[in-house]
Amino acid sequence: MRIVVDIQKTYCCGGREFHLNAAFAVTGNRAVLFGASGSGKTLTLRALAGLLRPDSGSISVDGRVFFDSAQGLFVPPRLRRIGYVFQDYALFPHLTVRQNVAFGLSPLTGRLSPQAAEHVQKTLALFSIEGLADLRPARISGGQRQRVALARALVCEPDALLLDEPFSALDIPLRQKVRAELAGILSRLDIPLVMVTHDPADVAFFGGEVVRYGEGRVIDMHSAEDMRRSMVKVA
Amino acid sequence: MLDASVLPPLLLTFKVATLATALAALPAVCLARLAQVRDFPGRDVVDAVLTLPMVLPPTVLGYYIIVVLGRRGIIGSWLWDAFGVTIMFTWQGAVVAAAVVAFPLVYRSARAAFEGVDGNLENAARTLGASETAIFLRVSFPLALRGVVAGVVLALARAMGEFGATLMVAGNLPGKTQTLSLAVYSATQAGNDALANELVLLISVACVALLVFVARIVKPKA
Repeated sequence: MRIVVDIQKTYCCGGREFHLNAAFAVTGNRAVLFGASGSGKTLTLRALAGLLRPDSGSISVDGRVFFDSAQGLFVPPRLRRIGYVFQDYALFPHLTVRQNVAFGLSPLTGRLSPQAAEHVQKTLALFSIEGLADLRPARISGGQRQRVALARALVCEPDALLLDEPFSALDIPLRQKVRAELAGILSRLDIPLVMVTHDPADVAFFGGEVVRYGEGRVIDMHSAEDMRRSMVKVA
Repeated sequence: MLDASVLPPLLLTFKVATLATALAALPAVCLARLAQVRDFPGRDVVDAVLTLPMVLPPTVLGYYIIVVLGRRGIIGSWLWDAFGVTIMFTWQGAVVAAAVVAFPLVYRSARAAFEGVDGNLENAARTLGASETAIFLRVSFPLALRGVVAGVVLALARAMGEFGATLMVAGNLPGKTQTLSLAVYSATQAGNDALANELVLLISVACVALLVFVARIVKPKA
């Protein structure tokens, strides 16, 4: 996977201006956008998914141009084939776990095709959530919600998966366990991944290329290995 | 028990209020959604105009309806010349008057309900390949349904009690356009206190029942 991002966006809210001016290129299968909260990393992720339209610049993934202000090009999110797991998981509260996972395959009217229903069933099994299939999201735990959110994104077979602070909604003792689970599932799926996090532990665990953010800009880039070494030095 | 003369205004009131609510609800919900998602110049003004029937005196609304739909009105004169029909002094006129008055109650409730839907849920649907129509039908509308229904029930209650605009547009013709609230007025003017008492009691009970129903559906499930 090759992601090339060079975007600018200015926000004015309450008299304060925030400038996002981020440029980087990553080529590996794993990338981590790392930085303090408010540094612009989630905005970058939203721009990648098409949920935010930058003022200027360009975005391309594997040669597909998603955004290019010079050409006036903006591919809407539904055509990008990019999975997105939200920080709070954003599960549909009025739908059951099964309906949540099936959402991306469901036609506007009528029922799922038998093949699609089978694919949903297999995905539920892959994430060990078949037992919860008929429950609403409010009735399941944080770790289970995360798995539902992942299953919902991956059932559409996206070209890449974006994870926004995937563990911040979980209790600290649970994080380590869920991280290991997620790493296991993702290594089996072999899908390109971009994660946003402010937690160095996530970086150490997931590896890949690390894009460091600060105040709306990319400060520098490392491999996760470099970063682990520098952390040890600081400690 | 109930006086036989209570029945025609009671039935007419239910008919007029139900049809008026149905007439107002669909455009109110659609416009509420449009005003929420589309940012266009003058949106605040449109929003204010759509809310206006809630604050204007009903007589002013009645006057506007006459100006537009009266026999010499902007649309009304064409209806009269082309088809020989008019809504003036008919029960259909009462429906139009009640619909105009009830409209903002659905519009405001629906607007608030749509704004209360977490934008990330709509974004999640976008990343899952849903079109804007699919997002409205499968995410936003189901999640806003409670608020929309509450608005519809309030509109129904408001339409049942409509007096001023109805009087100006449809008149107060017993058996034809005389709704419950108009019948109360006539009974009081005629000194028929017994009839007025019955009518007042009826409409009060109906409105309390509707308000209790609204409170039930608006309260989130435990």
